[in-house]
Amino acid sequence: MKLNVNGKNHEVDVEDDMPLLWVLRDELGITGPKYGCGIGQCGACTVHIDGIAVRSCQLAAADVDGDVTTIEGLGTPQSMHAVQAAWVDHQVAQCGYCQSGQIMQAASFLDLNPDPSDDQIDAAMSGNLCRCGTYPRIRAAVKTAASKLQGA
Amino acid sequence: MERVRTIARRSFLVGSAAVLGGVAFGTYLYKREVENPLLDQLAPGEVAFNPYVMIDADGITLITPRADVGQGAYSVQAHLIAEELDVDVSQVRLDPGPPAAAYYNHVVAAEGMPIAAVSDSFFAQAGRGAADVAGKLLGLQLTGGSSTVPDMYDRLREAGAMARETLVAAAMAQTGMARDQLETGDGAVNLPDGSRLSYVGLAAAAAALEPVQDTPLRRPSEWRQLGQAHQRSDIVPKSTGTQDYGIDMQMDGLVHATTRTNPARGGGMRGYDAAEAEKMRGVQAILPIREGIAVVADNTWRAFQAADAVNCDWGDSPYIGETEGQIAALNASFAKDQQDSQFRDDGDVEAALGDGEVVEAAYQIPYLAHAPLEPMSVVVKLGAGRLDIWTGTQIPRFMQVNAAKLAGLEAEQVYVHVLMSGGSFGRRLEDDYVLQAVEIAQQMPDVPIKMTWSREEDFTHDFPRPMQLARARGKVAQGEVTAFDLGIAATSVTESSLGRLGQPAMGPDVAIVAGAWDQPFAIPDYRVTGYRAPAMVPVSSWRSVGASGNGFLHESFMDELCHAAGADPLQERLRLCSHDVSRKVLETVGEMSGWGGDLGPRRGRGVAFVLAFGVPVAQVVEVTDTDDGIRIDRVFVAADVGRILDPVNFEAQVTGGVIWGLGHAMNCGLTYEAGVPQQDNYHAFEGMRLYQTPEITVRGLENGEKIRGIGEPGVPPAAPALANAIFDATGQRIREMPFDKHVRFV
Repeated sequence: MKLNVNGKNHEVDVEDDMPLLWVLRDELGITGPKYGCGIGQCGACTVHIDGIAVRSCQLAAADVDGDVTTIEGLGTPQSMHAVQAAWVDHQVAQCGYCQSGQIMQAASFLDLNPDPSDDQIDAAMSGNLCRCGTYPRIRAAVKTAASKLQGA
Repeated sequence: MERVRTIARRSFLVGSAAVLGGVAFGTYLYKREVENPLLDQLAPGEVAFNPYVMIDADGITLITPRADVGQGAYSVQAHLIAEELDVDVSQVRLDPGPPAAAYYNHVVAAEGMPIAAVSDSFFAQAGRGAADVAGKLLGLQLTGGSSTVPDMYDRLREAGAMARETLVAAAMAQTGMARDQLETGDGAVNLPDGSRLSYVGLAAAAAALEPVQDTPLRRPSEWRQLGQAHQRSDIVPKSTGTQDYGIDMQMDGLVHATTRTNPARGGGMRGYDAAEAEKMRGVQAILPIREGIAVVADNTWRAFQAADAVNCDWGDSPYIGETEGQIAALNASFAKDQQDSQFRDDGDVEAALGDGEVVEAAYQIPYLAHAPLEPMSVVVKLGAGRLDIWTGTQIPRFMQVNAAKLAGLEAEQVYVHVLMSGGSFGRRLEDDYVLQAVEIAQQMPDVPIKMTWSREEDFTHDFPRPMQLARARGKVAQGEVTAFDLGIAATSVTESSLGRLGQPAMGPDVAIVAGAWDQPFAIPDYRVTGYRAPAMVPVSSWRSVGASGNGFLHESFMDELCHAAGADPLQERLRLCSHDVSRKVLETVGEMSGWGGDLGPRRGRGVAFVLAFGVPVAQVVEVTDTDDGIRIDRVFVAADVGRILDPVNFEAQVTGGVIWGLGHAMNCGLTYEAGVPQQDNYHAFEGMRLYQTPEITVRGLENGEKIRGIGEPGVPPAAPALANAIFDATGQRIREMPFDKHVRFV
């Protein structure tokens, strides 16, 4: 089957029900999306399909119906997305393992809701677990990114 | 004290040694038994100044041997060296280095001894010295116990100073200038005319010199890097998906494996049927390993699917397999012949509690999983006479020795490449997952094998923190707490985990009572007794170890006694406090939180104080009893680590510790049936989520005499402060974790 990931077309030969996460990680070698729980509880595997955040561990390869963007396609160390820049400014990451998913969730959320309230941020970001407890900085970084994106 | 330090420093960085095309400096010697590990790996032209600094034609590498499991250890170690070496951390390479005795941890061994962190008695000094020697001889290269900063504070700065001054000496020889004409900065010696001699360019010449030792370290007032916020060295990779963890390792010919072993650990496997699984797509092999099976496939998901399809006939649990039976075993352990320790026995508790009204309470704490978000994973490759291991670990040297033993190799033939860990919280103090991968590799040599556990395998094969029961009795009189008697029963973490590492655990286990026996309170009749329960579920260290639960036990009962006395819980702790640095912490949190002020209806606040790992931490939690349940509004934290090396990371560690402590207290616990933990993924072991996260305000104090680590001390006071706040708001006293068995949280 065909997949477009980060602007590149790929042809993969996988079972229809292989989760997109494992197509990305083990077939295409794109390891920014992380395996954390496999049941849609932690959000570490979050990627975008046509800009919308989805849990790639819950999306079967055959059901991918749009272009896939992973954290690697959102921005790069040399050219960061505003959300990634805010994550750096606030030094959000500790172990960092959940942060690819947190950032993808936040980027999609801010795209849909550029001027969110505190409660909306809490609701949008509560599906992503962080075992290190970086939540206060995630809140702050989402706000910073929102104001940067609005100014842009 | 200063004299002792000077001697210690002299014995620390000794000598130099010729290597291929260069010289290594500062070989660390302990009676000449501990070798400089970098000498084995030097290529021609490379110069190792000591085990912590290496300079070659490509640049400068700082060795940061303590593992980074998210706590920022790489950055803080790098800045300790860089402070004296005068390099920009963003311009040098960081490397965790190889497993080596020279990287032994001389602080963490002392934490296993019954010496109160605030005690400076002769006994305490002598005891710590003995532990230091033991640590060296064991080659205790271990990250844990919030020991990285206290262990490395002098060592790394001394290494940086020695390297700098030797490079300056080379510049003096080259230019004929005097020391006071030369300055250092940004990886170079700067000459008066503004020109620069780079360290890289000076390295070869410096190698030929006697290393310059005993350079006085900069005073904190002279610091150029330490004491201020730095951008963590890993923050950009971790914000862009470019940080490689163990689970992300890729190499040519890599195959993907997973394992399934008896979730009742130690129960073994009677047999298995892999007929279905063998036919599944991508499956290359299904192999027997100790306690279960391994599946090797061409994709991790396919390996997971096939592992699920294997029918395994597990043996029976070798330990008491039901939660109720485990509770009964702990209850039966409150017996004289199972007394493990009584490090605190002030006054005459028996007499004090002999008559009159006695306050009594019993508490219960469950088993808790570490569940770092990166499940256990490792890449191994076994060739002829060589085993390579790539993984995140807190115990590279133990892992090296244990893997060598299993593979029939010498330790020197095992190469442990330490990678970034996606969390640990103590889980990576174990090497069980690595040994499983080695078992696979023995049946599949010369192939790089990435073994990844499913989340379910990770939860059911954790070594959790132990369940604990406590029985407390106390007395109050004239508005004061006068007697406090706490008995704690638990399985020994030290015995369980050191046993797996092939090390004996001698004497009483301090972990059973840590964070309870060693608190700085002068209660007239005051006793803390540890009871050693029989080994049951294999257990291990969990962020803040013994204090993680004992803080809840001690501080909940302290709160109960304060209320029984009609005393203010903060004022009474201040009255009883016998340690100035701790008193200041309590006063500070009172001031930060506006303690005593009116919070309004249906609101409450609770305070708790725990001194753990030498760090006094006080927390005030504020809650509201809403119609839908308890909401945690705000948390105030004051902590004293003696000296703060990076305020931004300090705040991150304290905040993370508070959230860890609150989240597990709210809704986490492992329960067992037939020896199998019943919580196998985050839906049943959730912790705190963002919408529940309170506003957390942290203040760091620097009154303590010694510098301390902050990865763990933020945890212990959180749970009792929350329970005490719920009592204040609702009148309901919660004596059992997780709290959501008794109240709802919103």
